Amino acid sequence: MLAIALLVFREVLEAALIVSIVAAATRGVPRRGAALLGGIGLGVLGALLVALGAGRIAALFSGVGQEVFNAGVLLAAVLMIAWHVIWMASHGRALAMQMQDVGKSVRTGVSPLTVLIAVVALAVLREGSEVVLFLYGLLAGGAGHLGAGLVLGLAAGVTIGLLLYFGLLRIPLRHFFAATNALLILLAAGLTADAVAFLVQADLLPALGEPLWDSSALLSEHSLPGQALHVLVGYSARPAPVQLLVWMTTVLLLGIGMRIASKAAHRTHPASPQRAMTS
Amino acid sequence: MPHRISILVSVVLALAAMGTARIAAAAEPPTFRLAIVNHRFQPATLTIPANTKVKLVVENRDATPEEFESNDFDREKIILPNSRAVIFVGPLPPGRYRFFGEFNPATAQGVLHVE
Repeated sequence: MLAIALLVFREVLEAALIVSIVAAATRGVPRRGAALLGGIGLGVLGALLVALGAGRIAALFSGVGQEVFNAGVLLAAVLMIAWHVIWMASHGRALAMQMQDVGKSVRTGVSPLTVLIAVVALAVLREGSEVVLFLYGLLAGGAGHLGAGLVLGLAAGVTIGLLLYFGLLRIPLRHFFAATNALLILLAAGLTADAVAFLVQADLLPALGEPLWDSSALLSEHSLPGQALHVLVGYSARPAPVQLLVWMTTVLLLGIGMRIASKAAHRTHPASPQRAMTS
Repeated sequence: MPHRISILVSVVLALAAMGTARIAAAAEPPTFRLAIVNHRFQPATLTIPANTKVKLVVENRDATPEEFESNDFDREKIILPNSRAVIFVGPLPPGRYRFFGEFNPATAQGVLHVE
């Protein structure tokens, strides 16, 4: 039962950490809870479909369909996060200033909710499909204690996600969105590096040489902190050069995108609070 | 306007052709085979050359899915029952790299010996 719980925990943890960061980053957005649940529901449904179609997906692109699919899911999540941080850079100031009566005075637009649903659904779908195939294998093999392992692993993973979420909420409001934006950029960079790792595994991209370093003795990706850092910032104990390259490119591009969006917003709304009073 | 588009299309096609030619010209990486039988790897130790990209063909002969995974050389791939998967590995410096079946880690353990 513990072995089942451990595997479920590992998969749930990855999704839970991503969901927590996105949930924190959309703090103050009306109807956020419903969007979160909707995203999780869609993700679970998607996970079942992906597990059912695993054979068909695997056979695509002359045998590397699984890698292409995983890379596609990861890159879709990266695009959604990129859109969100750049959107936040142009609207975030007003959001942070009027946090106290958010929902009444802030028109948040559609972006945060769409992103919340999409990223949550994609994260749950990817990790969930592995859990479904694992449990299917156990069922076919006639293993016991399936339910108990599932519940235990799920509860442990969700608990760590909640701890991260409430930890993030303790960040003072004036630094809050800067902090969640930084976390989102690192998350996106890590997901891009993961996507590229799948494409290298499928031989669709070159590794560009041997791994750059080996820090597995210091911090193994199989350890809990190592795995958490892998999800949160893209930590890899033995990164291929191409992974570091795309990691840095993502950070750079999102940083530049945010800066441009923020400047543009500043020009069109030089002082949003006064503007809000006069309008 | 249609003229410009046709130039653009021919440039893209030329680039794609060059890319395809380069891929075709590249030597096929050496192939190594592994099987999963009763949730164990056969062989449990596989030797591959250092500093070389290799093609690993893993055949799952069990009736249940398995996930081939390695933290040491950073690979993960689900292999459905009675099917095979291709995983490209390396280039890697010499050393011992562990891999495992994530769905049955108690028995499915293996070592990639790179020399």
